[in-house]
Amino acid sequence: MSASDFAIDVRGVTKKFGARTVVNDIAMQVRPGEIYGFLGPNGSGKTTFLRMLCGLLTPDGGSGQCLGLDFRRESNEIKKRVGYMTQRFSFYEDLSIEENLDFIARLYEVPQRKIAVQKSLERLGMVERRKQLAGTLSGGWKQRLALAACLIHEPQLLLLDEPTAGVDPKARRDFWEEIHKLAAAGLTFLITTHYMDEASRCHRLGYIAYGNLLAHGTVAEVVKAGGLTTWEVSGENLPALAEKLRGLPGVEQVVAFGTTLHVSGRDAEKLRANAAPLMTDGQHWTKIESGLEDVFISLMETAKDNFS
Amino acid sequence: MSFNFHRFWAVVVKEFIQMRRDRLTFGMMVGIPIIQLILFGFAINSNPKHLPTAIYAADNSPFARTVIWALHNSSYFDLTREAHSAAEIKTMLAEGEVQFAITVPVDFSRKLLRGEKPDLLLEADATDPSAVGFATAAINQLTFSVLDRDLIGPLAKLRGSSPPFNLVTHQLYNPESISQYNIVPGLMGVMLTMTMVMITGLAITRERERGTMENLLSTPVHPGEVLLGKIVPYITIGYVQITLILVAAKLVFSVPMVGSVPLLLALALMFILANLAVGITFSTIAKNQLQAVQMAFFFFLPSLLLSGYMFPFRGMPDWAQNIGECLPLTHFLRVVRGILLKGNGMAECAPDLWPIALFLLVMLTIGIKRYRQTLD
Repeated sequence: MSASDFAIDVRGVTKKFGARTVVNDIAMQVRPGEIYGFLGPNGSGKTTFLRMLCGLLTPDGGSGQCLGLDFRRESNEIKKRVGYMTQRFSFYEDLSIEENLDFIARLYEVPQRKIAVQKSLERLGMVERRKQLAGTLSGGWKQRLALAACLIHEPQLLLLDEPTAGVDPKARRDFWEEIHKLAAAGLTFLITTHYMDEASRCHRLGYIAYGNLLAHGTVAEVVKAGGLTTWEVSGENLPALAEKLRGLPGVEQVVAFGTTLHVSGRDAEKLRANAAPLMTDGQHWTKIESGLEDVFISLMETAKDNFS
Repeated sequence: MSFNFHRFWAVVVKEFIQMRRDRLTFGMMVGIPIIQLILFGFAINSNPKHLPTAIYAADNSPFARTVIWALHNSSYFDLTREAHSAAEIKTMLAEGEVQFAITVPVDFSRKLLRGEKPDLLLEADATDPSAVGFATAAINQLTFSVLDRDLIGPLAKLRGSSPPFNLVTHQLYNPESISQYNIVPGLMGVMLTMTMVMITGLAITRERERGTMENLLSTPVHPGEVLLGKIVPYITIGYVQITLILVAAKLVFSVPMVGSVPLLLALALMFILANLAVGITFSTIAKNQLQAVQMAFFFFLPSLLLSGYMFPFRGMPDWAQNIGECLPLTHFLRVVRGILLKGNGMAECAPDLWPIALFLLVMLTIGIKRYRQTLD
């Protein structure tokens, strides 16, 4: 695959706010029609990275292309081909649904604007509520309106910043159904999220912490690259066991999952050696595949040691 | 990066809809002029001195010189200009270059010596009656004794219970000294300053505060399209306010409208734009709506106090006058009063138009320079 075949292909992207480096030398390649999940703790630089891609922030370093356009010099052209959905609902609460869509359509100079707005309303299922003020919509509907508004100019790339924060599970599921349909039709997505179930719905993932991209690839690749060994423990007195395990050398995470305990560490031998005395008859120990969340938390802990 | 009319128009339409839905702002727009009309409908008095005065001495006799020096010594009059014809005096008064003009008629000393009590003409620009009241009283006092030292020997008989000459005072433009004639037209400028600066200041910081700016910036819309699109609806508000004041001035306060109202409306555009530019510049500096309001007041207070609206401009110390000269309201007040009360035309207004234009240019440059197309 040659460079220009990527929807996003950037290298060395850096952003500093004063002395603080918020995004540090990040490279990212996203293929057309791909759903790329962008994960990381709060304040890790996800939003900053997205804003740089759509020209809202000026990068301090980096090069590359976005939809075949130079992402540093041609941000005005990129804006016309990209839809950006902000973390916070950022449409006009004192405009109606229809007025919001119409305003955005005008700004993008959508041809046959009225028809485009009508179609968008139909797809949203909001034809009857078109006159309702956006501020009176519930969280789920606001999010659907925001997505519809981002799509009205038929962009090639959608940048979604935590699109499902504060949305109920049913609405979230519907939302992801919609995303997959659109991706199948060729639209590229870069989505930030905190939810692990959403991460596993992405084609590929990137994990960022303290401005550094720590891992990327498919879910399986990321888990493998994490190099984590995890034991699942079930049985009696788990809280007491957890207390004993914490602080042992080689034991990096002890997390309660309902009636079981996940014990993980990167050094499989050290973990086993140190935990062995505690593997008594009362509990049942099984080695399991590490989950995404275990890997991410491990990555974050390591990152904290290295960068903060 | 070319200006696109469709995108600009999109912003205009959006602003109008939002304006219609924002009842509070709409109320402010109509409420502020009414409240101010009630509050400021009374006179504000003061006792300004050192008022610029023009002298037209057709008779340059020792008597005339004595009178002129006495006027100067009274500290109410500063003899700043010398005129050589009655027409010249008229222009100086119309352009507001001087507050008073004194004409010594050609046969002043001859008539005086004959005991015929010649006339001394004092013309006062009474658009702001409080500015001329004390000075006129002072000159009246003066007439009794000013020539006592010159009238010696055989002339001593001219000294007496009545002054040796008549002082004829013409209160120009506002002969009855009705302060509403001064206050009400001035209110137009004060109100525009207050609401225009605040409304635009809020309009852009609101977008930032509600997070909609982030969305707006991610679309292909250009700064010029946003700024102009936001300005246009407020120009119409400005004209609504002007109309409101003009109607009240005519119907409630019976303020004379000597000059051309269409000319006033045309010249008001530049003043409105100047204030909108201030608001836009503030909104690029203010971080939130509260700060924008505070900054609007920061601008509004000196405008109110130093423009000559509250206190006669010429009664203020030099430093205050210098600040006042930099404010667009100062010049607009002269334009409004000039057109409505003096019947001034374009030519007489010109000296006060270019300072407003310069102010507009400077503010607009700062505003556009500071408006960020990114969130950096």
